[in-house]
Amino acid sequence: MSEVVIRAEHLSKRYVLGQREQYRLLRDTITEAAARPFAHLRNFRSGKNGDRTVARQDHETIWALNDVSFEITRGEIVGIVGPNGAGKSTLLKILSRITKPTKGHVEIEGRVGSLLEVGTGFHAELSGRENIYLNAAILGMRKLEVARKFDEIVSFAEIEKFIDTPVKRYSSGMYVRLAFAVAAHLETEILVVDEVLAVGDAQFQKKCLSKLRQVGTDGRTILFVSHNMAAVRGICETGFQLDRGGIVGSGEINDVIDRYLAQVITRSFVEVETPSFVLNNVTIEPLNADVIKTFETIEIRVALTAKRDIGDPGMYVGILTTENTRVAGLDFKDFSSVPPIKAGERFEMGFVIDELPLLGGTYQIEIHVKDMARHKIERVANLFQFEVAETSVYGGRKLDAWFGSVGLKPTPIQKLPAAVSDETAEHRKALVP
Amino acid sequence: MACQSTRSLSSLRIEPATRWTSIDLRELWEYRELLYFLTWRDIKVRYKQTVLGATWAIIQPVFMMVVFSLFFGKLAKVPSDGIPYPVFAFCALLPWQLFAHAVGESSNSLVGNQQLLTKVYFPRLVIPLSAVISGLVDFLVALFVLIGLILWYGIVPGWKIVTLPGFILFAMCAALAVGLWLSALSVKYRDVRYVIAFLVQFWLFATPVAYASSIVPEKWRAVYALNPMAGVVEGFRWALLGKSSALGSMLWVSVIVVLVTLLGGLYYFRRMEHEFADIV
Repeated sequence: MSEVVIRAEHLSKRYVLGQREQYRLLRDTITEAAARPFAHLRNFRSGKNGDRTVARQDHETIWALNDVSFEITRGEIVGIVGPNGAGKSTLLKILSRITKPTKGHVEIEGRVGSLLEVGTGFHAELSGRENIYLNAAILGMRKLEVARKFDEIVSFAEIEKFIDTPVKRYSSGMYVRLAFAVAAHLETEILVVDEVLAVGDAQFQKKCLSKLRQVGTDGRTILFVSHNMAAVRGICETGFQLDRGGIVGSGEINDVIDRYLAQVITRSFVEVETPSFVLNNVTIEPLNADVIKTFETIEIRVALTAKRDIGDPGMYVGILTTENTRVAGLDFKDFSSVPPIKAGERFEMGFVIDELPLLGGTYQIEIHVKDMARHKIERVANLFQFEVAETSVYGGRKLDAWFGSVGLKPTPIQKLPAAVSDETAEHRKALVP
Repeated sequence: MACQSTRSLSSLRIEPATRWTSIDLRELWEYRELLYFLTWRDIKVRYKQTVLGATWAIIQPVFMMVVFSLFFGKLAKVPSDGIPYPVFAFCALLPWQLFAHAVGESSNSLVGNQQLLTKVYFPRLVIPLSAVISGLVDFLVALFVLIGLILWYGIVPGWKIVTLPGFILFAMCAALAVGLWLSALSVKYRDVRYVIAFLVQFWLFATPVAYASSIVPEKWRAVYALNPMAGVVEGFRWALLGKSSALGSMLWVSVIVVLVTLLGGLYYFRRMEHEFADIV
């Protein structure tokens, strides 16, 4: 069973900076070509004759992937994690043959289906029915295959009534559901999935996740990229972490994610400014563990430098879900007060939070810094992400969108009907811890 | 064991791009359904939310014909090889519009479909190819009008009409040849978009649409035929009206020009193909 289906060796991809974002005008090429001999002349005259790389240097290159080697066996469900720009998408693009590697090679056994985006090639003017066929053809499905699965796709998307309506009249939710329904019915041996689950409502996300998992149990191989760590944990068994184009860790998915998150927390922080403060550092750290876990203690610490004299410093910290729903908020002033701070002085404010009541998933911290002496509240433009690792709460079952994001500590109670014999009641009672 | 063999069939090796790659018609054939659906999409979407719909396919060439007949036929009295001028012009306008439309659409096709290029793999040739083919429906609609017009003028096409599909195919090959070059170039250089507009206008003057090739001096005809559309247009007149000035040798020059451009275009396209997703 441990047959290798994907073998990548020394895979590297170089991009010329600016090439991706900006197309060239013929004029640029011509003027460059025209300027080159003169550049030489100039160098020659100024006596720098070895400096031939001048013209080339304005096209800096970046290795989006650098010497990546790995093997994936049949039926493996692999999560790829890493910060933005780590090379995750580039890797998926190479595996799905959209772009070619600069060096190295990959051997793949089996058809590859790629879901790098939901609804690729959808045309707004066409109806749902027409788009199903078009999108399926683009993803590489045969017409007969689509015809066979058509009803299943439509009912999965829950759009039976609107199947002959142009998709431009669809709500965005319907659009995403339809698009994902087509993709979810792709039956390739290997499936490559990029951050496509970030769209759609929680309930539909859950449905998609279970569909993907079902695909995986059929012996198909899945490569899954997401910033939603709960989703990666929920779907994948193994994984690897990419950072700056290289693999920095691999193994069992929970280990990979835990290690990755531990790194993310200590990642160096770029300073942010508001009119009155400079935020030097924001840390969100677990106090007694390697990673942040439900019902464990965490510490949120904000280091600031005052840009002017602050008469009455204060701070608000909000905790938001990735959908920007506010889960909690704390105002520092309600718990403690800070003496006036002079311009240029550095100080810290923060909270230790016992028994963090957040379930596994990604959350964001929103920060407002204040000077109540001048009635100034300044919202920090950046949100700071942190990850709560999925742990054994609620009896250790997998927690998906149905469980929300707040962790509770319930005690079950029950009142049994009189008809139930005392014996059974005793028995049931014994089940309750 | 049987399944082992099918597995090895679908095994794949992804490697850095080489300078020269084959055209790989087999893979193109495997993606024929995608070609069909993309063409179908272009046709289906073209006249959505228009009042006149597919009538536009007739209106455009008919109005061109009226204008040409008025200014070139009636006022400038351009000789038309003894054929009534409206038929003479209309017969040339149809293949010309097929060509001009196909060149425009296919040249812009890669840039217009960049969302597909960056998110899915398929042989990129499918895109300009479907753009060329999608113009065929408009052409066929207008062809009925042309045949009606010919009959109305009392001309009965002879056996030569069976060669017409050949000339239609030839016009499309010519358009594809140009479209392959321009679409691949436009991925890198967006200037191409602006070039196309006046390229097509110049090309119209270099093509015997409003006039007959017979006004070109005999010794210059071979040079004139370097424009493959000259061969196509004269071929159309020959096939439908039975008369054409100077087709013979011109056609061969045109065929060779198209073949060379088409093969060159295919190779250039294949060579650039692997970069499309990175730079589009």
